[in-house]
Amino acid sequence: MIAEAGHYALVLALALALIQSTVPIIGARSDDVALMNVARSSALAQLAFAGASFAALVWLHVTSDFSVANVFENSHSMKPLIYKITGVWGNHEGSMLLWVSILALFGGLVAAFGNNLPLSLRAYVLAVQAWVASAFYLFILVTSNPFLRLANPPIEGRDLNPVLQDIGLAVHPPMLYLGYVGFSISFSFAIAALLEGRIDAAWARWVRPWTLMAWIFLTLGIAMGSYWAYYELGWGGWWFWDPVENASLMPWLAGTALLHSAVVMEKRNALKVWTILLSILTFSLSLLGTFLVRSGVLTSVHAFATDPARGVFILLILCLFIGGGLSLYAWRASTLKQGGLFAPISREGALVLNNLFLTTACATVFIGTLYPLALEVLTGDKISVGAPFFNLTFAPLFVPLMIAVPFGPLLAWKRGDLAGAAQRLMAAGIAALIAIAVLLAWTHGGSTFAPLAIGLAVWVIAGALCDLAERIGLFRVGFGIAMRRARGLPRATWGTAFAHAGVGVALIGIVCETTWNSEYIATMKPDDVARVAGYELKLDGLNQRQGPNFREMIAQFTVNLDGEKLSVMTPSKRNFTTRGSSTTEAALLTRGGSQLYISLGDTTADGAIAVRIYHKPMVLLIWWGPVLMAFGGMLSLSDRRLRVGAPKPAKASRALQPAE
Amino acid sequence: MTRKQRRLTMIGGSLAVLAVAAALVLNAMRDSIVFFSTPTMAAEKHIPPGKRFRLGGLVQPGSLVRGDNLAITFAVADGGATLPVAYKGILPDLFREGQGVVAEGALDAAGVFKADTVLAKHDETYMPKDVADALKKQGHWKDDYGAKPDAAAAPTKGASR
Repeated sequence: MIAEAGHYALVLALALALIQSTVPIIGARSDDVALMNVARSSALAQLAFAGASFAALVWLHVTSDFSVANVFENSHSMKPLIYKITGVWGNHEGSMLLWVSILALFGGLVAAFGNNLPLSLRAYVLAVQAWVASAFYLFILVTSNPFLRLANPPIEGRDLNPVLQDIGLAVHPPMLYLGYVGFSISFSFAIAALLEGRIDAAWARWVRPWTLMAWIFLTLGIAMGSYWAYYELGWGGWWFWDPVENASLMPWLAGTALLHSAVVMEKRNALKVWTILLSILTFSLSLLGTFLVRSGVLTSVHAFATDPARGVFILLILCLFIGGGLSLYAWRASTLKQGGLFAPISREGALVLNNLFLTTACATVFIGTLYPLALEVLTGDKISVGAPFFNLTFAPLFVPLMIAVPFGPLLAWKRGDLAGAAQRLMAAGIAALIAIAVLLAWTHGGSTFAPLAIGLAVWVIAGALCDLAERIGLFRVGFGIAMRRARGLPRATWGTAFAHAGVGVALIGIVCETTWNSEYIATMKPDDVARVAGYELKLDGLNQRQGPNFREMIAQFTVNLDGEKLSVMTPSKRNFTTRGSSTTEAALLTRGGSQLYISLGDTTADGAIAVRIYHKPMVLLIWWGPVLMAFGGMLSLSDRRLRVGAPKPAKASRALQPAE
Repeated sequence: MTRKQRRLTMIGGSLAVLAVAAALVLNAMRDSIVFFSTPTMAAEKHIPPGKRFRLGGLVQPGSLVRGDNLAITFAVADGGATLPVAYKGILPDLFREGQGVVAEGALDAAGVFKADTVLAKHDETYMPKDVADALKKQGHWKDDYGAKPDAAAAPTKGASR
């Protein structure tokens, strides 16, 4: 009953989306207010039905209704409640349902909070949003119905893939989807602007917070996925340049560029045409990511779909929206008015440079990800493009970008003073040089690359601090006045500083982890001692334990540093009986920003066990960096300007109405 | 600066960055791309020792030998040829005899494939995609390779490294 209701709700959501995708446009064309307002109510109703459908699937998973194919294939009655819920999106059908629900959520948010948008713009935006939604509702209903019933309901389910039964994966997909799908808003705004042939600074003021919100979620989602891979896959790697990871990195790079170009558009009314193009490209890359992951063209952890019909369907959606969006752009972009002038050395110029490097870096990732697929289709040759390719292309493009980052916020709009900015960044430059010199001396004879890279990171972090110090006049005016000024600074300025510093923090983590990571791999017997990076790890023994839906073998290690007992670490190997597969649960010991990492291998006949122990210096900075970036984004999002800055006239007229 | 000059500067700068990026990509394509081969293809192409490639096939049943200090040797077969593989380290959770495997490394002078990475990028019911395609092409595909009777109905999700 619940399953049928969920299915029916999804059909109704499709019907509403079809209405929403046509009626408001007719209204906007004929200037009919009633028809344009249909967009608002239908978007809210569509959200209600999509939400109901999703809730129905969650309910089916929680109550373990194995007469539904999706529940049977991905759940088990013994599974802990949290994984029954997260198992909803741990499979193809459920994750697509989550995708459209989030799409409906964003549509609903625009409808609910878009009261002060120009009416015709809101009608167009919601209509475009509904086009995307209709396509994906159709996709789910036609190729991947999550509510399919089984003719002979089994009594027990097949259980969820054990590597997905993890808290990291409970949060990672929804975060990532909030990011991916969030970019649909900027896409819809861009298409609406092209359809209307009109675009102004108010448009950018609207698009920027939505883009920022999507970007924050995507940043956190990528970081979360990376941390999950780090501790769950048992290899201690945190980024593999796997096509699926690249699929989320590309929209992030394009979205970061969009974020910055939207600033130019909002403040200076320039770069309009480029911002529109970036909005289209960013969402196109999100769709491409969905295609790569969902179509099964790649075989990896994330390849749920193995049905070619699905791949072809998503490919059609992809072509329709990317092709359609870009054609519309080619046709209508020239009707948009040109923006303001600026000199190459200016804040605008710096942001253009940022966009140039980010989009080029994104393009190299794009080539590295899709070239193997294209080559296989064209010649049948199979190649793999791995980390070396990206290290040789992506990294060199990021170096000039990182050098330029601190200059941006210090340059004035329209015409900047590079020498002046350099002078104000003197402290940051000195800090970077000191860092390089100290590290070179300390790691004498070691890698010269790592100290330089850390120097670059220090430059970015210190540059962000210099910018703040400069703005509040620290060291020039009294400390009290400086603090008062600091409180008065716009939150967006703080946000910029945090986000930029976050990039530097992540870079330090990446460099330290890859350069000074030490590892120890061997077979150990009880009472054997391993020595890694000054730590002594003694294997106390092995125990068996029964979990809710698995059996596990736990190894207990005592960790000593300088003869003193620090802690006990218990890595384990879990065997999931239902699927007959096993997972490795690594044990982590955090010391400051560094971590000790133990994962287990196979046991040998004589009772010894293979272990892999890593010491990863400063590894946590890799994820603190993105968290800092996201925090900066949130600060910026809470800026007063973005909250009250929307066009006034609409509000004023609404305020008058009750008095009449 | 006039609009035209500004535009020229911007276009010039963009082209310069794009040219550098293109050079980087082409350079990286030449050096860091790894081809995929099965043992038969490796024998036909006479891949020279030291050239890195990815070797895919099935782990020959009965060939797995564990030596001291995590040294492991096994043979990879594709129905046409077999190639001995040496590896040192811990094998992935899903590594099993008779199942698909992908190893990355290079041949040494004696013709042994020295692997530095072993991937079992698949789950317990089906092959790595590369291996399955290659086996199908060579006509050695059998549906029962590695498939478990209880779970063979539908390929399940996931993979492991």
